[in-house]
Amino acid sequence: MQIPSTGLAAGVEGAVLKADVRDLDFYYGAFHALKRVSMPIHDHMVTALIGPSGCGKSTLLRCFNRMHDLYPGNRYAGGGIVLYPDDTNLLSPDVDPIEVRMRISMVFQKPNPFPKSIYENVAYSLRVRGMSNKSELDDRVESALKGAALWNEVSNRLKELGANLSGGQQQRLCIARALASDPEIILFDEPTSALDPIATASIEELIIELKEKVTILIVTHNMQQAARISDFTAYMYLGEMVEFGVTDQIFIKPQKKATEDYITGRFG
Amino acid sequence: MSATLSPPHSMPVGSHVSDRLSRKASRHVKERIIEALLFSAAAFSVFVTGAIVYVLVKESWVFFETVPLSDFLFDTQWTPLFDDAHYGIMVLLSGTLTSSGVALLVAIPLGTIIALYLSEFAGFKVREIAKPFLELLGGVPTIVYGYFALTMITPLLQKIYPDLPGFNLLSAGLVMGIMIIPYVASLSEDAMRAVPMALREGSYAMGATRLQTALWVVTPAATSGIASAYILGISRAVGETMILAVAAGMQPNLTFNPTEPGATITSYIVQVALGDLPHGSIGYQTIFAAGLTLLLMTLAFNLLGYWLRKRFREVY
Repeated sequence: MQIPSTGLAAGVEGAVLKADVRDLDFYYGAFHALKRVSMPIHDHMVTALIGPSGCGKSTLLRCFNRMHDLYPGNRYAGGGIVLYPDDTNLLSPDVDPIEVRMRISMVFQKPNPFPKSIYENVAYSLRVRGMSNKSELDDRVESALKGAALWNEVSNRLKELGANLSGGQQQRLCIARALASDPEIILFDEPTSALDPIATASIEELIIELKEKVTILIVTHNMQQAARISDFTAYMYLGEMVEFGVTDQIFIKPQKKATEDYITGRFG
Repeated sequence: MSATLSPPHSMPVGSHVSDRLSRKASRHVKERIIEALLFSAAAFSVFVTGAIVYVLVKESWVFFETVPLSDFLFDTQWTPLFDDAHYGIMVLLSGTLTSSGVALLVAIPLGTIIALYLSEFAGFKVREIAKPFLELLGGVPTIVYGYFALTMITPLLQKIYPDLPGFNLLSAGLVMGIMIIPYVASLSEDAMRAVPMALREGSYAMGATRLQTALWVVTPAATSGIASAYILGISRAVGETMILAVAAGMQPNLTFNPTEPGATITSYIVQVALGDLPHGSIGYQTIFAAGLTLLLMTLAFNLLGYWLRKRFREVY
C-alpha cells in the first residue's frame, strides 16, 4: 500500500505516518455520514478535526476505535483506516475491535469515570488486559496519574470514588485511565466542552505534553483550541473532508474558500 | 427594577388582563378542592396501613396478655391447638426462613443472570419477546404454582431422593423461587438499563469485553436498583402463602432442613383463619401475633432496602 495522494506526510519534516484514512464511507442506517473521507494521521502529532455540528468529525473519530460496532445499523461501507506499522485496515471485519481498542484509547466529551475508586478507575484498563499483580498495578496507576498531571492532587485519596473529583479532575482521571495501558493513539472527543476555562487550559497543556508519548486525534468545536494545540487540522463539512493541512497553514492561509469562511467566522 | 410595571410573562393568553389585580378567589377555591382530593387519596393508603397495624397490635396485645413474650420468642414448640399449648414462633419462623432461603437461592442467581443477559447481551428483538414472557411468569396465580410444586416437582425430586416426604419445604421453596425470578430479573434489568451508555462506552473504549463491562461497570453502577430487586424478592418469599400451604404440609416443625415438611407463618395463618376455631379464643389470637411478626419482618427488609438505596444511590 502506498502513502495517500495528499502528499502531506512527505511534506512535513520528520513526520511518520501512524494511520491513514482512505476513501472511508460510513452509514448510520440509511444516512451517509462520511463520504469518501481521506486523511493521514502522523505519529506523535496532534491532529484536530474541526467543523460545524453534524459534519461527521465525531463519527470519523469513533471509527478509529470501532465504537460504531456497539450499535446495530452502523455500517462501514467502503475504504478504511490503515494502521501503521501493521499496514492493516483496522475496520476490516476480521480485525477484532477489542484488539483495536487496546491500542487506540479514547477520552469522551463528558467525563465518565466508572463508579469505582480513583485507583480502580485507572487500573481498569489494565485489569481488562488480565493484569492482577498488585505492585505492577500500583506502579502503572501511579505513572498514569502522573502522566495525566493528577497524581499530586489524588495520591492520598486513591480509595475515594472517582465521581467525588471536580469536573476537570474527572476528565484528567479519564485521561489517566486511557494512558494506563500505553496506547498508541488516544482519541479525544471534545474533551473540554463540559469544562470551565481553567480546567480547559490544564487539559490543553496536558494534551501538548502527551504527544511525546502518544499520537493524538482530537475533535473540537473550539477553533482557538485547534490552533493552540494541534500540529495538523482537518476541516470537515457535511460528511466530507474539505481541507487537511498543517495547522498554521489552515488557519493563516487556507487553500479553500469554504475553510476560510468557517475559520474567519463568516459561517458556522 | 424599571419604573413601569409590565404584566408577568406567565399571564395566560386570552384571560382578561385588567390593569388592576382582580380578587378572583374562586380559582383559589378550585385549587384547594383539587389539593384536598389528592391529599385524601394519599391519606387513604396511609390510613389503611395504620388501620392494619392497629388491628394487629390490638389483637396481639390480647394474645400477649395470656402468653408471655419470652415463651413466644424462645419456646421450641408451636402447638396452640393442643391441650398442652406451646407458642414458640421460632417454629413457624424456621419454616419461613428455610423455604425463603431455598427460593432466594433459586431466584437471586437466576434472576440476576437473566437481567444481565437481557440488559447487556440480548438483541433488541430477543428482549422485546422475552420480557413479556418473563412478566407473564410473574402473573401466574400462586395456587397454580402450589399445585405445580406438589404434583410435578415433588415427584421429580422423589426420583432423586426417594425418602423425600410428599409435603416438603424444598419443592415449595424451589417453585417459589421460580415465581420470584421475574420480579428480581425485571427490576434488576431496569436498574442495569438505567446505567448511562457513556459508562459502557468508557469501558468498551478501554478494550473491555461485554462480560467485563457487564460485571465490572454496569453491575456496580446498578447496585442500588439490584439491591431493591433482591429486597422485593425477599419480601415476596417471606409473604408467600399459597404455594407453601399446598406443597409444604402445614405441620409446625422446628427445622432448617428443607427436605422436611413444615409450616410457615403465612401458611399457619391460612390454616387457622379457615379453620373452625372460635373467634376470641387464644388459639385464634395466635394468628395476629404471627401476622405482627410477619409485618415486622417485611418492615425490616423494607428499611434495609431503603438504606441500601440511599447508601449506593447514583454513584454514576
